[in-house]
Amino acid sequence: MSQREQADAFLKQMEEFSEAMKRSVGVPVVIDPRSGVTMWYDQRELKLRYIISVEKLKRFFEALGEGKVLATKCKATGTILFPPQADCPEAPEGGVEWVEMPVEGELLTWTVINVKPYSFSHYDDYVVGVARMANNVNVLAWVRCRDPSKLKPGMKVKLVVVRREPEGYLTYELEPIEG
Amino acid sequence: MGRRVAIVGTGHSKFGVRLDVSLAELAYESIREALDEARIGLDDIDLVVVGNAGGWSSEPLPAVVVNEYSGLSGKATLRVESACSTGSSAIKVARDAIASGDAEVALVVGVEKMNESPTPTVVEFIGRAGNYFWEFENYGLTFPGYYALYATSYMFRYGVREEDLCSVAVKNHYYASMNPKAHFPRRITVDDCMKSRYVAWPLKLYDSSPITDGSAAVVLASEDVVGKITDSPVWIEAIGASSDTSNLSRRPHFLGLDAARRAALQAYRKAGLEPDGIVKQLDLAEVHDCFTIAEVMAYEDLGFAERGEGVKLVREGQTYIGGLIPVNLSGGLKAKGHPIGATGVSMAVEIARQLWGRVERGRQAPINVGRGLAHNVGGTGHYAYVATYTLSKPRG
Repeated sequence: MSQREQADAFLKQMEEFSEAMKRSVGVPVVIDPRSGVTMWYDQRELKLRYIISVEKLKRFFEALGEGKVLATKCKATGTILFPPQADCPEAPEGGVEWVEMPVEGELLTWTVINVKPYSFSHYDDYVVGVARMANNVNVLAWVRCRDPSKLKPGMKVKLVVVRREPEGYLTYELEPIEG
Repeated sequence: MGRRVAIVGTGHSKFGVRLDVSLAELAYESIREALDEARIGLDDIDLVVVGNAGGWSSEPLPAVVVNEYSGLSGKATLRVESACSTGSSAIKVARDAIASGDAEVALVVGVEKMNESPTPTVVEFIGRAGNYFWEFENYGLTFPGYYALYATSYMFRYGVREEDLCSVAVKNHYYASMNPKAHFPRRITVDDCMKSRYVAWPLKLYDSSPITDGSAAVVLASEDVVGKITDSPVWIEAIGASSDTSNLSRRPHFLGLDAARRAALQAYRKAGLEPDGIVKQLDLAEVHDCFTIAEVMAYEDLGFAERGEGVKLVREGQTYIGGLIPVNLSGGLKAKGHPIGATGVSMAVEIARQLWGRVERGRQAPINVGRGLAHNVGGTGHYAYVATYTLSKPRG
């Protein structure tokens, strides 16, 4: 059973219990099997999905379609901003311009996410890493590797645009360079 | 600097899975105890600061809900949030209000009811605490995952083994076994820890603080009224505060928390303490061991050990009573539990009671210099607070 199925099964059980209690005692209370205490099973459910403004970063998302990962660069100082942002706080007058992130970098650190957040609980265990790219700017992303025990700090990685399934949208990940 | 401010009353609920109480009932457990201890009435309080991270619990306006339940409606109040350092920022807000002359007596309560949501939802909420759009939306980090990025980097660089990290958990469980307020008041072995499952490799379940409900409260008073309330105040000597980037990718390294290092140096400067040999100027420290790796990094960020040598303190048992400096005699976040908004206040309560010589046998530090330190980190070094508390009145 995936972590998603386990989580859903737990809530379903709780809901069935509360439905039975509504029929017998009139209110949706549930009894905690461990402590025996009475709790109220919330009758209001909030579905939470944000609608996030990316107007000023449109170019970043267009470029993913061209297979490129972009950053912004402060025109006045040359500082590279990644994740990209529309303003350069150290020299706001000069503004920013779009630049391409280098493809090559070195792995700094990583982890394997075994216990997942609910909205990621349909995936198998995944590897998240941070790489220092050739321009000295770090990128955090999933590391595409079957065997995380082979990863080493300093290992060469590529920054690649991929289609994330099952959602089917473009994002970027890090891919170890073999050999 | 303004007026000097002291703790004149403390309260602490039982930490654990507290399905038996609502958020307000839980908060009131420690509010009542703190008011009783200070022997003051509701009328004496000018300001109530409520520390609560929330999201997983049902009340979005916890300050007014807690105040109404506790008979405090009508007071000046606000809810404060800085992730896992919420409790320390709540203390700072109240301290600052008193120091400025805006209030004489303030109540600070940190409360968290994490078990109102199922575990995967709680994991989700904490995982989103960083930079939601760039680092969670696509990559699904979790709280252990963020700290695991530090653990991997640290372990490879300094040759640290998972057993070393487990030794931190063993120490904190040992002291929690003597703390009846702890979530897990029982001992564990390195073997128990090593056999526990990975939650975010290389961190295991027993490297991690639990999902805990709990509350803690302190009554703070100005130097102008403290003498009317108590003859044994614990003074807030200094609070250092700092922060770091929301995106972990923007951190230059993963070997320690720069925000905590900055907060520590700031606190030492404000208190007039020498960063070199800081341990000799402290009787004990409560540090933010949300994960075992975090305690090792805390030793270094606080200057108890050089970078890369924190693990030596663990291997040599130097942070037990009798060692270089006792750390987390409460059981720490690891075994006492980590109800997010309550943790910083719980640290203040523990240090005050330690300085008063009032905690359980076996986990009472010898009090010689009369000073304790609290190191409270929000998120993954996103926020950091370091505070020192003293028995003697600080210099003006």
